[in-house]
Amino acid sequence: MKFDTILRVGTKLLLPFILVFGLYVQFHGDYGPGGGFQAGVIAAAMVIFYAITFGLDAAKRAMPPILVETLIGLGVLLYTGVGVVSMLKGGEFLNYSVLEHDPVAGQHIGILLVELGVLITVFATMTAIFYSFAGRGR
Amino acid sequence: MISGNLPALQVVLPLFGAILCALARRGWLAWFIALVVSWIVPVIAVGMILQVLDSGPISYAMGGWTPPIGIEYRVDLLNAFVLLLISAVGAVMLPYANLSVQSEIDEDKQAWFYALYLLCLTGMLGIAITGDAFNAFVFLEVSSLSTYAMIALGKDRRALLAAYQYLIMGTIGATFYVIAIGILYSMTGTLNMVDMSNRLGDVATVRPLFAALAFLTVGISLKFALFPLHSWLPNAYAYAPTFATAFLAATATKAAVYLMLRFFFAVYGVAIVFGIHPVSEILIVLSILAMFAASIVAVFQDNIKRMLAYSSVAQIGYITLGFGLANAQGLTGAIVHLANHAVTKGALFLAVGGIVYRMGAARLEDFKGIGRQMPLTMAGFTIAGLSIIGVPGTAGFVSKWYLAIAALEQGWGWLVILLVLSSLISVIYIGRVVEMAYFREPEGKALEARDMPLSMMIPAWVMILGTIYFGVETSWTAGIAAQIANDLLAGVQ
Repeated sequence: MKFDTILRVGTKLLLPFILVFGLYVQFHGDYGPGGGFQAGVIAAAMVIFYAITFGLDAAKRAMPPILVETLIGLGVLLYTGVGVVSMLKGGEFLNYSVLEHDPVAGQHIGILLVELGVLITVFATMTAIFYSFAGRGR
Repeated sequence: MISGNLPALQVVLPLFGAILCALARRGWLAWFIALVVSWIVPVIAVGMILQVLDSGPISYAMGGWTPPIGIEYRVDLLNAFVLLLISAVGAVMLPYANLSVQSEIDEDKQAWFYALYLLCLTGMLGIAITGDAFNAFVFLEVSSLSTYAMIALGKDRRALLAAYQYLIMGTIGATFYVIAIGILYSMTGTLNMVDMSNRLGDVATVRPLFAALAFLTVGISLKFALFPLHSWLPNAYAYAPTFATAFLAATATKAAVYLMLRFFFAVYGVAIVFGIHPVSEILIVLSILAMFAASIVAVFQDNIKRMLAYSSVAQIGYITLGFGLANAQGLTGAIVHLANHAVTKGALFLAVGGIVYRMGAARLEDFKGIGRQMPLTMAGFTIAGLSIIGVPGTAGFVSKWYLAIAALEQGWGWLVILLVLSSLISVIYIGRVVEMAYFREPEGKALEARDMPLSMMIPAWVMILGTIYFGVETSWTAGIAAQIANDLLAGVQ
C-alpha cells in the first residue's frame, strides 16, 4: 500500500482517536455502559487497523509480540494483585472497601484497577490472536 | 489472616502461579514455580479439611459481598475431600513433569504448558470449592479451555484434531450446563447453591426444574465422559503430552463428577432427582453399558494410552453406578472410587509415561520384553493394573466391594455378577500388556531401554504405593466417603 496516500494518512489520523475512544469506554465504564472488555477490543482494533494498512511487520515493530505476550500476563497479575492486596489489608479476596480509608473510595479505586487489568489482558490477547492468525503460512 | 483466607488462597495461588509461569518464559523456571505452587496447594486443602472436621463447613464471602448475593466459597466435607484429592495428585505428579515435558514439548512452549497446567488446576479447584452455580461454570470453562490447549501441545499431529473434537464436545457440555443454570435461576431467583436448594421446595411449576435437571445431567456427563458421550476422551488422552494425560486422567473427570454429585444430592436432593423420573434406572443402564462396552473396546486397542483411556470410560461407569444405586453404600462406593481411580489411573499413566520416555511411543509392540529391561516401571504398571482389575489388597477392590454391597442391599445379585464379569474383561486388557512385557524377547530400541530416571520413578511409585495403601488402610478414603454419603443422603447442607 505504498502509494495509497489517502489510506495511509487517513489511518494515521484515525489511530489516536480510536485509542481515546477505547480509553473513554474504559474509564466511563464506572458510570455508563463500557468497561475493560469492550475497551480492550477497541484498543486492539487500533493495532489491527495499523497492521492492515502498513503490514504485519510494521505493526510488530510498533507492538512487539514479546511485549504483547507479557502484557497478557501483566493484566491478570494486576487483577489478582488487587485481590491479594485487599487480603493483605485484612479484607476478603477482591474486597475493595479495605483498599482506602473510606470504603466508597476503596470500591472506586478497586474497580478501576481491576478493569484496567481486564483492559490490558483483553487488548494483548486480541492482538496476540491477530498476530498468530495473520502470521500463519509466512 | 492466612487461616481466614484459605478458601480464596486455594484458587488464587495456582492462578498467580500460572501468570508467573507465563511471564517466566523459561521451561525450567516455570516448572519450578509450578512445583512450589503444587506443593503449597495441598497444604491449604489439608488445613481446610481439618478445619471442616473440627468445626463444620467454612463459608467465605468473595469480595466481602455476603452470600447469597455475592459469590460464596463453601467448603464442607465433600468439597474438602475433592480439593485434597485433586491438589495432592498434582503435588505428587509435578516432579515427574520436568523430564517428561522436556522430551515431548518444544523448548519455547514449555513455560506455556506449565501455565496451562496451573490454570487447569485453578479451574478444577475452583469447581470444587465454589458454592455458586454460575461461578462453577466459569471455573469449568477455565479448566476446560486450558485442557484443550494442553492436549493440542501433544507432539503427534493428531493431538490437534483430538483437542478440536474435545473443544466441540466440551463446549456443548458447557452450554447445556449454562442453560440449566439459566432455568434454575429464573425459577428460584438465586445462583447460590445452598439458597437454591432451599428455594427449590417453593417452586410451584416443577416441569422446568426437570428440564434443567436433564440439561445439567447431559452437560456434566459430557464433561466427564459418561458412556455414550465419551467419544472425545480416548483421542484426547491418547495424543496429549504424557504428563497432561496422567494429570487429566487422575483429576479432570473427577471435578466434573463432583459437580454432578453436588447438584444431584445437595441442590436437588435425592427425593426430587430419583423419586419422580427413572433417573436411577437410566444411570444404572448407562453405567453397565460403559463398564462393558468401553472395557471390550479397550481390549482391542494397540495404543496403550488409548487403551487406558477406554478403561477410564469404563471406570467412570463404576462411579455413576454408585450414583444410580443412590443408597449409602453405593454413594460411598462412588466417592471412594473417585479417589481410588484417581490414584490407580494416575499410577498407570505415569508408568506408561516412563515407557514413552524411553521408547518414544506406547504401542503394544513397544512393550516387548520391557519387563526385563525396565523392571521397576513394569512392576509398577502391573500392581496398578491389579488395582484396575480390583484384586483384593488394592484400592480398586475397596470401591468395587462397596458397590457390590450396595447392589446386594437392593437385592440385585445379577448386578454383582455383572461387576465381576466387567472386572474380568479388564484382566484381559491389562493381561495383554503384562504378557507382552514379561514373556516376549526385547528387540530393537527395547534392548537399550532402562528404568525411567529417579525424578519420574519416585512420583510413579508414590502413586503405585498409594494404590496398595488405599487398598489396605481405608479410613481416610472410605471412612470420609461414608460420612459424606450419609450427609448427602440426609440432605445436610
